[in-house]
Amino acid sequence: MRLTAEHQEIILAHYRAPHRSGLREPFDAEIHRFNPTCGDELTLRVRREGEGARATVADISYQVQGCSISQASVSVMTDLVIGRTAGEAEELHSEIAALLRAPVPESGAWPSHLGDAAAFRDVSRHPARIKCALLCWTALREALS
Amino acid sequence: MTHALDPVRLRADFPILRRTVADGQRLVYLDSGATSQKPVQVLDAERAFAETSNAAVHRGAHQLAEEATEAYEQAREQLAAFIGVQPAEVVFTKNATEGINLVAYALSNAATSGEAAARFRLGPGDEVVVTEMEHHANLVPWQELCRRTGATLRWLGVTDEGRLDLSRLDEVITPRARLVAFTHQSNVLGTVNPVRQIVDRAAEVGALTLLDACQSVPHAAVDFHACGVDFAVFSGHKMLGPSGVGVLYGRRELLEVMPPFLTGGSMIEVVRMEESTFAPPPQRFEAGVPMVSQAVGLAAAVRYLTSVGMPRITAHERLLTEAALGTLSAIDGVRILGPTTGDDRGSAVSFVVDGVHPHDVSQILDAHGVAVRVGHHCAWPLHRRLGVPASVRASFYLYNTLADIEPLAAGIREAQAMFGATAPGPERDGGSAACA
Repeated sequence: MRLTAEHQEIILAHYRAPHRSGLREPFDAEIHRFNPTCGDELTLRVRREGEGARATVADISYQVQGCSISQASVSVMTDLVIGRTAGEAEELHSEIAALLRAPVPESGAWPSHLGDAAAFRDVSRHPARIKCALLCWTALREALS
Repeated sequence: MTHALDPVRLRADFPILRRTVADGQRLVYLDSGATSQKPVQVLDAERAFAETSNAAVHRGAHQLAEEATEAYEQAREQLAAFIGVQPAEVVFTKNATEGINLVAYALSNAATSGEAAARFRLGPGDEVVVTEMEHHANLVPWQELCRRTGATLRWLGVTDEGRLDLSRLDEVITPRARLVAFTHQSNVLGTVNPVRQIVDRAAEVGALTLLDACQSVPHAAVDFHACGVDFAVFSGHKMLGPSGVGVLYGRRELLEVMPPFLTGGSMIEVVRMEESTFAPPPQRFEAGVPMVSQAVGLAAAVRYLTSVGMPRITAHERLLTEAALGTLSAIDGVRILGPTTGDDRGSAVSFVVDGVHPHDVSQILDAHGVAVRVGHHCAWPLHRRLGVPASVRASFYLYNTLADIEPLAAGIREAQAMFGATAPGPERDGGSAACA
């Protein structure tokens, strides 16, 4: 797999110093997910604030055993999602998943509101690695459902 | 064996090895343990069959049908000769996984298949024995068989050195054992298991044996009669042949009384509305129109391997394996899984790089044109036993050269520099080491 030097640096920065890593209390939901092809493992905890549609993601904490893509992806996800509603988190997931799975990979930059997730653009050219980037997002969807 | 194999000359037979990858770099193919590449002789054989004799075998009386049937049965004869058995003992299957399932389901079906099949029956109190180093293909079907029949699954453990722990052989394989299924050569560790010792213990207690020979038959001369196993399986695509064809070997007197797995056309003797009787083996186990061009291609692969010479292939792979073990062991932070010398070991070399996830190692290798396998290689329990979630595997075959090893080592060093250089810092608030 080849990433641009700039994207690789962003991923490495999250990999070396992951944001909000570790498991914290209190939490409302805890999800455990495996990647069956490589044995990677993610435990994700989510704490919510508020009720109903206005409920927001107050905290995400996690423990992950995985490659740089899967580790960086969960770190980036916490940047994007904390403070947002469940609906907004779902929209971000859908948007990122659609970009990663696009039949014709995007050659331009991803939209700026996706933040550091834009560094995963070229993962879309490597179908075997897309699930590394999406493992945390599917866990989050389950935690918020 | 008068002279060593010349991989450079052989490479000319493999068109795919001439292509470049990753923006013009030479392809360094180190994933033959997953699937091997095919020489033109195999591709030509399949094409020639399709262009001249293609027809459904064992049905029809026209000339093409006769030629196709002859080509298919000749393929069976050549496969049988290659593994030292009788043609009637060779069942063509889709792959090795299907071969194992065929035996597992035949054992299930024995419960309702009359007295002739009584010796295959399993029930509560009976045991099926496997090992902790099995590929999922030689584990999950037995777990399922035990679930269906009430039998108990037991297994031989693996030592820290990546060998079977045979110190408890007699405790694990007891008179309750009805079947012992084990791999000839680990697809992860490269370990070659002592077939004779395990077969002798199984014979003492009256258990059947099944050998997973997927990683041995492509790389060494194997004679199943000499091994003494009751059943064995291997896949065509790991031995220069096409995908979609594999072989189940079964000892003749067992196949003759073993109930079928898949039923339907081709495998019958007489069919009436009420019930049917079945053809003798091997046809009893080959329901439906079989994979003829693949069998023809696999026979061409066997002729190719035979012309090169299996002992020469084994010797060449040993040379490469020992060189790879030496080079990789010399890199700080690289840990080889499995035996670290060439003794009783095949050419699968799996390893972990401290602080760098296998996917990240392979990402760097791939960018340099080096194709390796990463993950648990369908041997998740083995990885759990070795305390690693995943590993990188380089596997060698007859077309690899010593020049393939340095790009592997260079990629590992680059991955260490990129991913592993920074030790976990204070910001890493726990639990997210790259390869804990």
